[in-house]
Amino acid sequence: MTLFLEQALNGLQYGLMLFLLAAGLTIVFGVMDMINLAHGSLYMVGAFLAAWLTQVSGSFWLGLAGSVLLTALLAMLLEVTLLRSLYQRDHLSQVLATFALILVLNDGVRMVFGTDRPLSVPAGFEQPVALPLGLQYPAWRLLIIATGLVLALLLYLLVQRTRFGALVRAGASNRAMASAMGVDVPLLFTAVFGLGAALCAVAGALLGPLLAVQVGMGETILIPAFVVVVIGGIGSMRGALVGALLVGLVDTLGRTLLQQVLRESLPPQWASAAGPALASIAVYVLMAAVLVWRPQGLLPVRGR
Amino acid sequence: MVLRFLLAACALAAAFSAQAADKVKVGFVSTLSGPSAALGIDIRDGFLLAVKLNGGKLGGLPAEVLVSDDQFKPDVARQMFERNVKRDKVDFMTGVVFSNIMLTALPQALDNKVIYLSPNAAPSPMAGKECHPLFFAVSWPNDAYHEAAGAFANQRGLKNAYLVAPNYQAGKDSLAGFKRTFQGQVVGEVYTKLGQLDYAAELAEIRAAKPQALYIFLPGGMGINFIKQFVGAGLSKDIMLLLPGFSADQDVIAAVGPSMAGLFNTAHWSPDLANAANRKFVAAFEQEYKRVPTLYASQGYDTARLIDAAVRDVKGKLGDTHAVREALRAAKFDSVRGSFKFNTNQYPIQDYYVRTVGSDGHGGLVNKSFTEPILKAHGDAYVQQCQMPQ
Repeated sequence: MTLFLEQALNGLQYGLMLFLLAAGLTIVFGVMDMINLAHGSLYMVGAFLAAWLTQVSGSFWLGLAGSVLLTALLAMLLEVTLLRSLYQRDHLSQVLATFALILVLNDGVRMVFGTDRPLSVPAGFEQPVALPLGLQYPAWRLLIIATGLVLALLLYLLVQRTRFGALVRAGASNRAMASAMGVDVPLLFTAVFGLGAALCAVAGALLGPLLAVQVGMGETILIPAFVVVVIGGIGSMRGALVGALLVGLVDTLGRTLLQQVLRESLPPQWASAAGPALASIAVYVLMAAVLVWRPQGLLPVRGR
Repeated sequence: MVLRFLLAACALAAAFSAQAADKVKVGFVSTLSGPSAALGIDIRDGFLLAVKLNGGKLGGLPAEVLVSDDQFKPDVARQMFERNVKRDKVDFMTGVVFSNIMLTALPQALDNKVIYLSPNAAPSPMAGKECHPLFFAVSWPNDAYHEAAGAFANQRGLKNAYLVAPNYQAGKDSLAGFKRTFQGQVVGEVYTKLGQLDYAAELAEIRAAKPQALYIFLPGGMGINFIKQFVGAGLSKDIMLLLPGFSADQDVIAAVGPSMAGLFNTAHWSPDLANAANRKFVAAFEQEYKRVPTLYASQGYDTARLIDAAVRDVKGKLGDTHAVREALRAAKFDSVRGSFKFNTNQYPIQDYYVRTVGSDGHGGLVNKSFTEPILKAHGDAYVQQCQMPQ
């Protein structure tokens, strides 16, 4: 039972981090109709900046704040100078250009920071904490869950309750109409892009102490983030949250509970062959099932 | 008349080829860009350092090393091999880091009678059924680190172990290597997705299983992630984590940071091995490149020194492939790893050490080896399957 609870927490933690990445991705995709493959690279830049600033300042929290700020600035600079000219082009041009950006950013980061950087869990969070029901859970992962939940709530309020959110939603459901109603669309796009990048940087900095801060880390997380966007419905923030939590849980439980069920129901040599194979495709099976059932995703944006 | 002239020309050419060459050409193809570039760069730096310390010569002849980047792509490596072998007419090929890339490109060298010296990849099939007279592994057989780790677990009296590896052939082979020597009970054997980032779920299962030892084969970023999360989950107090040497090498220490301290790993070399060749290598490497050499750097260095010895022993007659091969098999050089000789399958017989990560005295971390090797004069399990043509 405690094992199951621990796995559920693991799924939640993974899901919330995916949400931070997918939120930016889905909104850029939804509002600007732009496929940004370089979104994962911003996550990498965020992690490297956090590791570097932590080393320079001696404080992880200063590193986190600086990284969020600098990554957002870099992203807005990229948007104004480069990506803006891609909005009118078709998706193929966007994919090619942002793929090139991945290569440039990877080698740029290598030149500035090197291939990898150490980043450790800040003092006070290194040890597991005791939870009710005799559960031991790493303090850092709990902090990630808390941060993820708070940010999800803030994003919800931002999108649903503020003027900025109304503009974003208007842009996501009908860009031409929003522009005709007097919305400064270029400015809105730059702001949205910066916000997406800031969320990437938070995810990069928080995951840095758990994962390798190394060149190429952005590409590995980009694929599950895209799966989340597709499951949730393109452009939908609520969809991204639901999709991320689903992917997090399915992935974690597929790797553990499913294996156990297989071990108990199949002969050992079958279970050991089928288990890992099934676990690694579980998320994609989920995506395929969702697409068959609801081709627009679970919570599609109205009016598209 | 024409025929005679041709015959004479052929005879002359044959005579020429058995004469001493005026220089040594080495084709060096490795992964020098992309996320995995650090390994190839270290092999290259080690190799070029040996040439430099030799005054730019190998075996007394001026050395020309043609370095090219395979971009982590098997087909690119194959093209580079073809160019080096056919156009540049190199005497030796070397350099590749990864076995899948090497196996794709290798026929370009071997089929054209060019010797390949592997500074890293040493897959099991090439040690057994598919052994080749022109293929030399100057590094360590694929299973060796894992066998050494199993032997160390026995030495420490560990009764049970939990094993983790990615779900692909090399992962399964590695754990098979550990199980070959480990005499205790294997309480869990988990195969994860290749390239997996987060191991929270596996770590929860491990915490529940309470093994005495945990052995992982997770190369590259996967290992870095696992080690960080293992320490963060507070498991390092109760479970002894054993690693293959390349998962606790200087590049991994740099990426993981202080949590590496105290972890055990197994390797055929360590920067602190007490022999004259190694002391010279480590000092020269640190002076030249301002960093501690890795296993990969030591392998690149030894590969160049082996070529040096062979060219010297055949007195520069590089056209006589048979003689060059015999000279390589004799391996008359002082390896930085200490005792070294080739088995009949041209894979090494050497000692393996347990290393532990400790302070370097300047605020950093470095590997320190136990004085007594855990495996002495150890070969590989596949040599009987090799019917080496002479």
